[in-house]
Amino acid sequence: MSAPGTVPMIRMAGVDKFFGPLHVLRSIDLEVPQGQVVVVLGPSGSGKSTLCRTINRLEPIDSGTIEVDGQPLPAEGKALARLRADVGMVFQSFNLFAHKTILENVMLAPVKVRGTASAKAREEGMALLERVGIANQADKLPAQLSGGQQQRAAIARALAMKPKVMLFDEPTSALDPEMVNEVLDVMTSLAREGMTMLVVTHEMGFARRAADRVVFMADGEIVEDTTPEEFFTSAKSERARDFLGKILSH
Amino acid sequence: MDYLSKYDLLGAFWVTVQLTVLSAVGSLVWGTLLAAMRVSPVPLMRGFGTAYVNLVRNIPLTVIITFSAVGLSSTLGVVLADKNEHGFFEVNNFRLAVLGFTLYTATFVCEAIRSGINTVPVGQAEAARALGLGFGQTLRIVVLPQALRSVVAPLANVLIALTKNTTVASVIGVAEASLLMAEMVEKQADLLPISALFALGFVVLTLPTGLVLGWIGRKVAVKR
Ligand SMILES: Nc1ncnc2c1ncn2[C@@H]1O[C@H](COP(=O)(O)OP(=O)(O)OP(=O)(O)O)[C@@H](O)[C@H]1O
Ligand SMILES: [Mg+2]
Repeated sequence: MSAPGTVPMIRMAGVDKFFGPLHVLRSIDLEVPQGQVVVVLGPSGSGKSTLCRTINRLEPIDSGTIEVDGQPLPAEGKALARLRADVGMVFQSFNLFAHKTILENVMLAPVKVRGTASAKAREEGMALLERVGIANQADKLPAQLSGGQQQRAAIARALAMKPKVMLFDEPTSALDPEMVNEVLDVMTSLAREGMTMLVVTHEMGFARRAADRVVFMADGEIVEDTTPEEFFTSAKSERARDFLGKILSH
Repeated sequence: MDYLSKYDLLGAFWVTVQLTVLSAVGSLVWGTLLAAMRVSPVPLMRGFGTAYVNLVRNIPLTVIITFSAVGLSSTLGVVLADKNEHGFFEVNNFRLAVLGFTLYTATFVCEAIRSGINTVPVGQAEAARALGLGFGQTLRIVVLPQALRSVVAPLANVLIALTKNTTVASVIGVAEASLLMAEMVEKQADLLPISALFALGFVVLTLPTGLVLGWIGRKVAVKR
């Protein structure tokens, strides 16, 4: 799928994952070339979050291989921490550090993981907060911000590590409807700038607008892997058409 | 009550305060390390932490203190003071008592901190790990600071219990408050006033601990 001679940013091959007896990921093969924006769709419980979380090994897998930028995922330890530093992750529930200000949240990892000087981290952090439109909230604690502002701060925190790829797990599902767009706008501009992104979402508008590719999952399998255009107009599988019917009818 | 001037009441309570403060510092450090072991990803450390806590906290304190003095010091020859020093036995037994209280109280500190760690949403540690922080950094920078805030009140209880537990040191002859009380009760007839006096002494020591730590706990609570 990637151009010959180039290494895909994410490569998953024959990945299986069990939770006890539950087979959550079934021989997943997925390659995401650099700069591509992939939207992952699928009904609840189909394994989208798990797929996302295996890529930076928040969930270990039972068999198969995962590579990020050509590097196989190391086991728990220093090497894994180094790899995670290059993979940005944005969670449904924001997960900003509750005891630190917004700016401290953004500065923390560059200083503690990359060893960036505090003054430089502050400057770059402020620039990122500016870019996501919440520079005026820099000195507040997360709980003092709206959900949309918190999620934008969480995106800035991930970007502060200058990641090679960004993973989003339903970044707008915990937001009030009027705040969804402010977060999607930030994500859309990221996509335009060429960031490699894997986005689990139910926002069909975003999928149409920003995605290069749609991956549809059901029961732990990748059922369709195609362009947004194709997927929304002529999905091949029964399960995808069924899913689209439910989601587009409201 | 003119016999009061014959006894060094303040001196005895001062020993109680010293026992408490030194043991408190020791058990906070050791208890935090134990808690770190109990949540660590290394099975061997988890196993040690769990075994230690479950063993030590279920042994009566009197046994631990007696073991420190008799078992460790007399039998195994562990000595924590200079033998030629004046008052060797007092100093040695005082230090052994601090060691015993530390080993024992640390198990309660560990469990208080561990329950505090459990109040911190897992997403906090996941976000830290996803950013590339290691286990130690995640614990130190993200989880423990939040856990400690919700743990101040339970720790106050541990500290109050420790203050009162220091009376057990009298079994190995450390001259803290309760040893003096036993002596006074033996020599004077006024059982009630003497008991009331020592009870008051302990309340004076423990009440501020509870109030101050309770206030701090409310002050530093994390907003979510
Ligand atoms: N930690 C866990 N332990 C046991 N089972 C789990 C765990 N996490 C997820 N599961 C199960 O694995 C399956 C896939 O879960 P996953 O969260 O990946 O689905 P999802 O597609 O993200 O769903 P949703 O749209 O509801 O977020 C579900 O059946 C879920 O109940
Ligand atoms: Mg999910």
